[in-house]
Amino acid sequence: MYKPQGAVPTEGREATAAGRGAKTIEARDVNLYYGDFHAVEGVTMTIAPNKVTALIGSSGCGKTTFLRSLNRMHELTPRARVEGHVSLDGEDIYGKGVDPVEVRRLIGMVFQQPNPFPTMSIYDNVAAGLNLNSSRVPKARKDEVVERSLRGAHLWEEVKDRLGKPGSSLSGGQQQRLCIARAIAVEPEVLLMDEPCSALDPLATLAIEDLISELKNRYTIVIVTHNMQQAARASDVTAFFNLDATGKPGHLVEVGATNQIFTNPAEKQTEDYVSGRFG
Amino acid sequence: MLLSGGAGWRRRAKDRLMTVLIGGAFLLAMIPLVSLVYEVTKRGIPGLSLEFFTEDARGQIGEGGGASHAIVGTLVITGVASLISIPIGIMGAIYLNEYGEGRLRRALTFFVDVMTGIPSIVAGLFAYALFELFLGPGIRLGVMGSVALSVLMIPIVIRSAEEVLKIVPNHLREAAYALGTPKWKTIAKVVLPTAFAGLVTGVMIAVARIIGETAPLLVTTGVVDSMNSDPFNGRMQNLAVYAYNEYRSPGVFKQAAYDKAWAAALTLIAIVMILNVAARLVYRRYKTEIR
Repeated sequence: MYKPQGAVPTEGREATAAGRGAKTIEARDVNLYYGDFHAVEGVTMTIAPNKVTALIGSSGCGKTTFLRSLNRMHELTPRARVEGHVSLDGEDIYGKGVDPVEVRRLIGMVFQQPNPFPTMSIYDNVAAGLNLNSSRVPKARKDEVVERSLRGAHLWEEVKDRLGKPGSSLSGGQQQRLCIARAIAVEPEVLLMDEPCSALDPLATLAIEDLISELKNRYTIVIVTHNMQQAARASDVTAFFNLDATGKPGHLVEVGATNQIFTNPAEKQTEDYVSGRFG
Repeated sequence: MLLSGGAGWRRRAKDRLMTVLIGGAFLLAMIPLVSLVYEVTKRGIPGLSLEFFTEDARGQIGEGGGASHAIVGTLVITGVASLISIPIGIMGAIYLNEYGEGRLRRALTFFVDVMTGIPSIVAGLFAYALFELFLGPGIRLGVMGSVALSVLMIPIVIRSAEEVLKIVPNHLREAAYALGTPKWKTIAKVVLPTAFAGLVTGVMIAVARIIGETAPLLVTTGVVDSMNSDPFNGRMQNLAVYAYNEYRSPGVFKQAAYDKAWAAALTLIAIVMILNVAARLVYRRYKTEIR
């Protein structure tokens, strides 16, 4: 089991890192738009620390869009807009004077397609957060962060002898774990995962799910998934999104303990969805 | 029965006919290229000698003299033009692809397209007029030629670099943003390295396009017989103008002058080929698998 002690705080973040322990995200009446298209309507939910929260729902219901609004990635899409409030331990991440770059340092993300940087070695991929963000990090500390992150992502044993090889030389599942290592190397408070296993085979998926359940000891984790077994297996809390019709905005139907959502949901639509009657 | 009968022979005949037509078109396109290389090589070789590469043409009225001043001039003028054009062109492409949006972006793209179509003599006259404003009429400098060539080169660099930046997948930018990387650093450390091989190829295409320009150099760098490697001082010869001049005014020893003109043409082609091979090597060494 990974021990948080001896963690090296990222530069300039000693203060926040000292009070470590994952953080709570609160979304209040979040509305998301792409130009004129209203994609997500009125989402209010609290995402608890040290838990895995799964966002499920049929395609196009806005789960990924909502996820991307939690670390201000949504606004990178041209003409995309956000209304409402999202806060991290009470601090509004859309507040005036808040730098989106800082927000993304605290709230990391893992994507659907494994996307290691093709020009960088395995080592440099993991160290990318340090190389890209701080000016000079001593080699010894980099080595330490790389090893710690790769161990944290259950990849160290497989790659320790070929850290200089390109990241793209790994298999899909390994690449995804490399991306997770890259994300946790910058010590975020929250990890957002956008269908992290959809491009992987069942074994690699299992490896990632094991990893997720371990990472929640340290991070707040939000995972978007199309795979209901995955939500049932890997998450503690499940939020079900739906939309009334194509072209209408997606909204949050209900959120609750995963067990309850899958066995005894409050809403009829949720029951229909989790029992496989649609979607 | 189902497979053997019917109109299968018609489809096969059509397929055969199209294959022959396309192959023929390819051969037809190759004829001028092959004959050009063959002819230039055949006529250029007699003019090549050690003297051709080591001597300039200063005070030569006989058969002797070389083109070293023109070779150096071509390299210096093209080099300075590249120094001007590559940063401007690549930064322009970064603006268009990463930052620009809306009307300004569309307007700039339009003007870049227009610039690719500028006749080269116009670029030469532009550079001349520009320098004349400051340095007076009749001015001839190597760097003026470089500026003229830059006018031709910048749009080509922008165009090719933009295409290369476009194919850098967006998920790599997002991966960097998700680590809390500012935009400019994402471009400098992720986008440009990923696109590096393609950028080099684009630059080489642009260099190959301008290295043989004659008209804009005639009006900006002038004609001179002696070695000058300082682009900021005095006239400067180059291979294209040298070839043109040897042909236009061969003097008494006509054949020797013609030989030198062809040798200059051959040298120019050789330089372009060397640059191309170098670009290919760089491409192979640094190309990244982009998905």
